[in-house]
Amino acid sequence: MTDMTTTAAAAAAPATDPNAVGYKMTARNVDVYYGETRAIKDVSIDILDRTVTAFIGPSGCGKSTFLRCLNRMNDTIDICRVTGEIKLDGGDIYDRSVDPVQLRARVGMVFQKPNPFPKSIYDNVAYGPRIHGLTRNKADLDEIIEMSLRRAAMWDEVKDRLDEPGTGLSGGQQQRLCIARAIATSPEVLLMDEPASALDPIATSKIEELIDELRQNFSIVIVTHSMQQAARVSQKTAFFHLGNLVEFDDTSKIFTNPSEERTQDYISGRFG
Amino acid sequence: MQALDFVTAPNLALVVLALAVIGYIIGRVRAVAASKGDPSSLHSRPGYHAAFVFIWTGLPALVVLAAWVVLQPFYVEPKGYEVFPKSVMESTTQPADLKMDVVKSIAKALEDFSPEQREKLVLGFRDIESALDRAGVAVAEIDQSYMPRAAQVIFETRQSLKPIMAAVVLGLAVIGFIFSIAVVSRRMRARNRVETAVRGMLIIASSIAILTTFGIVFALIFDTIRFFSVVPFQDFLFGLTWDPTFQGADEEGHSVDSRGFGFVPLIFGTVYISFIALLVAVPIGLFSAIYMAEFATPRFRSIAKPVLEVLAGVPTIVYGFFALVTVGPALAEFFTNTLGLEAQGRSVLTAGIVMGIMIIPFVSSLSDDIITAVPQSLRDASLGLGATKAETVRIVLLPAALPGIMAAVLLAASRAIGETMIVVLAAGATAQITANPLEAMTTITVTIVNLLKADTDFTSPQALSAYALGITLFVVTLVMNVYALRIVRKYREQYE
Repeated sequence: MTDMTTTAAAAAAPATDPNAVGYKMTARNVDVYYGETRAIKDVSIDILDRTVTAFIGPSGCGKSTFLRCLNRMNDTIDICRVTGEIKLDGGDIYDRSVDPVQLRARVGMVFQKPNPFPKSIYDNVAYGPRIHGLTRNKADLDEIIEMSLRRAAMWDEVKDRLDEPGTGLSGGQQQRLCIARAIATSPEVLLMDEPASALDPIATSKIEELIDELRQNFSIVIVTHSMQQAARVSQKTAFFHLGNLVEFDDTSKIFTNPSEERTQDYISGRFG
Repeated sequence: MQALDFVTAPNLALVVLALAVIGYIIGRVRAVAASKGDPSSLHSRPGYHAAFVFIWTGLPALVVLAAWVVLQPFYVEPKGYEVFPKSVMESTTQPADLKMDVVKSIAKALEDFSPEQREKLVLGFRDIESALDRAGVAVAEIDQSYMPRAAQVIFETRQSLKPIMAAVVLGLAVIGFIFSIAVVSRRMRARNRVETAVRGMLIIASSIAILTTFGIVFALIFDTIRFFSVVPFQDFLFGLTWDPTFQGADEEGHSVDSRGFGFVPLIFGTVYISFIALLVAVPIGLFSAIYMAEFATPRFRSIAKPVLEVLAGVPTIVYGFFALVTVGPALAEFFTNTLGLEAQGRSVLTAGIVMGIMIIPFVSSLSDDIITAVPQSLRDASLGLGATKAETVRIVLLPAALPGIMAAVLLAASRAIGETMIVVLAAGATAQITANPLEAMTTITVTIVNLLKADTDFTSPQALSAYALGITLFVVTLVMNVYALRIVRKYREQYE
């Protein structure tokens, strides 16, 4: 179990979990600007360890933008500017001393479209361990590969063709390969940006099962368009609208008895 | 006779075009009238009806006219040859077709002459010498005995064909005009027919480039075969000496020592110089492509990329000049004084370096496009796993872009192999095989230039060897280009 880092959070925290699960990431008063446009407005949120947190909301509400703040992927966009405070285990990730490259090894990311490298399945999963020098020899690496693929529930499907290109797999398999690739660097938090939106229902259900299992070891944040998906896989749900965090609470409460009218309107399909 | 003077191909074309323009206007007016004030009742808009009339009036007539102009000599010239004496027809030293050129220029001049002058020509052209001279005929080359008569025959045949040509062409135009105007109506599908015609024109335009390629091969192949009938194929392909002797050729041009036509030194020089050029261009071009695609700010890129591409637009003679005047002496100075080696201004190294500078933009610009075309999702994936930008470039982007980069290098190489001016000025003209890059050497292209500018007659083995060299060069660069394009296409499919 990771150490408890509630720090200055309690006051502004939208909701607290009674369970003995620690806060993994905390965000306070975060604003994101694209040039002059303010895409995220004063968002404060706590991400719990070993919990799936879902971000829902209509297109353009800023949920993906906020997700990308959590591992500083927005740094790669020149005009993007982030203010406020985001902490991982109590350390400010936007501090000058933090190298975004090392941060991203701790906060992994899975993207909307499956994006395996045009390399073999083995090399895809080995990518992170290799660049971070996580292994001393081939046997270590083999072990990480097998463990990652097993965790991504695809070891049995691909164990006999690890040297075939990852791009040759089906869409659902590609996405699970990307998840295996992300967990091979042993991150602490896994960010998923609509990981199933490009997949068919069967592949989607496999991904959802996988997310539920990964919860044992990781803190997971998932952006999704599908409210059913959020209800199925997450324990915490945050509803974003027009750059604001409207409501953040237990998933069961959001979908049965939301306190905000806008949340009620959105989940009942009145807009968005 | 006055009326016939007016009948020339350009004049006919103008008349047809004028009729077509009139047809365009009438077609439009009739289409508007047919709509009876309700434009939506027409199947095709008035502009299409107008274009339909224009095409039907102009196109068939102009196509027939063009065909006529191309084919007419095949009918007219044999009539002229009938007048030629046997001795002229059978001469091998001075082909009859050169004589025919003189005859045709006289026949052309006749069109502008008065009937009295034409009369005089047949009797003996001395009196109208100055008139012929003014018409651009080389009077000194005229052989009195048969040329005036042959010219007369050709002139008269041409005149007799003129009314027929005029009748056919104008007849077609008028028939097309009347027919197409008559069919203008509400229901007529003018748009579809115009689009068919336009598509046809587009197909013709695109096939011209392809036909030209075949034309080049066709033009070279016969003379190449003639060359190989004099010099054995294996002597050319495997001979180690290039030293065609220009004295040995007799009247027939068949007694030349074929051992002087060894192709190896030339291809060696070509490949060696191109290799040095690539040694310069590939690292510089590739690194600048990586910088511009991945690290440079958009502002820097928007300035630097066009500037770099300007390098490709500099005329090669200017590069040659640069090599001869600046780079060559500087290198010679450096190697002689600083390193104590024997070096001269004209060398493989000079030509290679300058050529390398010339082809940098080919490598950098194409590679830049190819690296930029690697999907953003792969960059995200790599960065998202905690890779640095440099690691992303090295492990993900370059391998993904490698086939495309290879294609860029191949295109640059085929450009280097075909390059002439830089080598003419900077590499010298000595055909030799040596590994020393400070020696002068020559290439295929330079040899072709030297062979053909010598103004020998184009049937000697020396001149014929230029065709063999030309076709070799053509085949080598064609194969490289085809291969490069295949790689590019394969690479594109990977991401689509």
